[in-house]
Amino acid sequence: MNIVVCIKQVPDTTDVKINPETNTLVRDGVASIINPFDMYAIEEALRIKEKVGGTITAITMGPPQAENALREAISLGVDDVILLSDRAFAGSDTWATSYTLAQGIKKLGKFDIILCGKQAIDGDTAQVGPGIAVQLDIPQIMFVKHIREINDTKIIAERMTEEGAEVIESSLPVMVSVVKEINTPRLPSLKGKMRSKKAEVIKWTAADLDVEEDCIGLNGSPTVVNKIFTPPQRSSGVVFEGEPEETVKKLYEAIKPVLGG
Amino acid sequence: MDYLLTETQVEIRELARQIAEERIKPVAAHHDETEEFPWEVMKVIADSDLFGVYIDEKYGGFGGGVMELALCTEEFSRACGGIAVCYAASALGTYPIILFGTDAQKQKYLPDLAAGKKLAAFGLTEPNAGSDAGAIETTATKTKDGNHYILNGTKCFITNGGEAEIYTVVAITDKSKGARGASCFIVEKGTPGFTFGKKEKKMGIRASATTELIFQDCKIPKENLLGREGFGFIVAMKTFDKSRPGVAAQAVGIAQGALDIALKTAMEREQFGKPVSSFQGLQFMLADMATKIEASRALVYATARMVDSGNEKIAKESAMAKLLASDVAMEVSTDAVQICGGVGYMRDFAAEKYMRDAKITQIYEGTNQIQRDVIAKNLIKEALAGK
Repeated sequence: MNIVVCIKQVPDTTDVKINPETNTLVRDGVASIINPFDMYAIEEALRIKEKVGGTITAITMGPPQAENALREAISLGVDDVILLSDRAFAGSDTWATSYTLAQGIKKLGKFDIILCGKQAIDGDTAQVGPGIAVQLDIPQIMFVKHIREINDTKIIAERMTEEGAEVIESSLPVMVSVVKEINTPRLPSLKGKMRSKKAEVIKWTAADLDVEEDCIGLNGSPTVVNKIFTPPQRSSGVVFEGEPEETVKKLYEAIKPVLGG
Repeated sequence: MDYLLTETQVEIRELARQIAEERIKPVAAHHDETEEFPWEVMKVIADSDLFGVYIDEKYGGFGGGVMELALCTEEFSRACGGIAVCYAASALGTYPIILFGTDAQKQKYLPDLAAGKKLAAFGLTEPNAGSDAGAIETTATKTKDGNHYILNGTKCFITNGGEAEIYTVVAITDKSKGARGASCFIVEKGTPGFTFGKKEKKMGIRASATTELIFQDCKIPKENLLGREGFGFIVAMKTFDKSRPGVAAQAVGIAQGALDIALKTAMEREQFGKPVSSFQGLQFMLADMATKIEASRALVYATARMVDSGNEKIAKESAMAKLLASDVAMEVSTDAVQICGGVGYMRDFAAEKYMRDAKITQIYEGTNQIQRDVIAKNLIKEALAGK
């Protein structure tokens, strides 16, 4: 089975700082990690491989240093890694990112299942996985918490919904995004770590992909960010103390203006 | 301190530290309280390939030695000395096979031990024999056809007892020769006549299993003899030369873990409007603790490297490393409880566990009195030889 995992390098959340002037993430000097949700996708890929065999390819789009995330993926047991990196990709929104990743996956050729984390912890959009599925014109199952069955032709997966769970059967190829309930990611092995140092990271630029110039990077991004701001912190509520009769009266007085009475 | 580790050693230490932080620390208190064997951690260590760091690549290991084993043991011990010893005791049980096994014996046992599929244990101590290996009462009698040995006797205080699959056991094959009449055998769990006695309740390292090994007409094939008949005492001594730096590394890890907690607590706890770490009385304690730990670590690493270089005369250095590091671990962990104050004495807080775990390092694999004996005898021997 040809398994593709899409990963993203993100700033370590425990260190996140916002520049108050520009309202953007301060990335200088902040440690980078593989997006935690993508760790579950990598683990699920490894488990599928252990069960039905195949190869796992991890792919990411990002700056040259995103290579570190790919090497970490190798240390965990991923077979091959591809880095899509080009100045022309800079400024991509979720649409352009999905498009570029999909073109990368197309160039890769065969794929039976594409695994993604449910969302990245920096942007929190949860749009890139579904975007890739649309670009490749394949079915998608979002927020999967358990894969009941997978073979060469079909998958049966449980997806989380707000009310409970849905059981979905799909043909392959398919895009599956996973939630953290699906597994416990393993730690790297020493053999994996040693291999990750020497392994080749395949690098593709815009010229290597079959991409339209106006579909990539900032030019290919329909999303326009008007403003980014840190919402003001909510002040804590008011506590009325005293006998019930008294506090009810105080409460009534306080909410009277908004009741319109 | 920069110990100029190789690239592989840095990777090993990093991985061991990650396992310690993410998988051992969160469960250390649970295993200390329940005395349940930490199989889930053993599985993680096995999957990470670290059981094989000191085993030859030919047998599925990573081709390292005592230094690599020490790095892992130290990092695991920093999180939990009890869980770490389950790992280290497997190496202790494996060394007799590495040192004296034939190629066939190595092919048969080492790959599973390197992969962590099986644990090993070493059985020497008996109620009346420990440091005095010549007083061993467990016997191994060759059958008339010469194809088997029959083992009878009881070993006590055996780390990994009951949990390990492979046991290297010292028994007497010729009583008339004293210590020269001892031999070492490989005994597999499940062999008829081989059972386990009571599991001990311990002061510290409570995650580890310590049991009796009971042999009642336990019949093993002659192929399970390690080395030759009469080699038992030598097997044990050569094994301890290799394993003592491991115990020393365990002590360094325990001491470091205790200092970590003491430092953090001292920086967080405020009295008289400032952190207690700002008071010189505590600062001097912390400085002494850190310095002594670093000195032990330096001696342990230097000894481990000397052992790995193939040098045969390592008894004195191995003893010194174990003596210094374990005495420092006891001292530092006691001071760590002192620095943490009242909370340090509470069992819901991790500091006191390091103190309980540290004590055994002064006792097992030869008490520190025996270590001093080894060191002194070697000093005198060297002086007589005019070195």
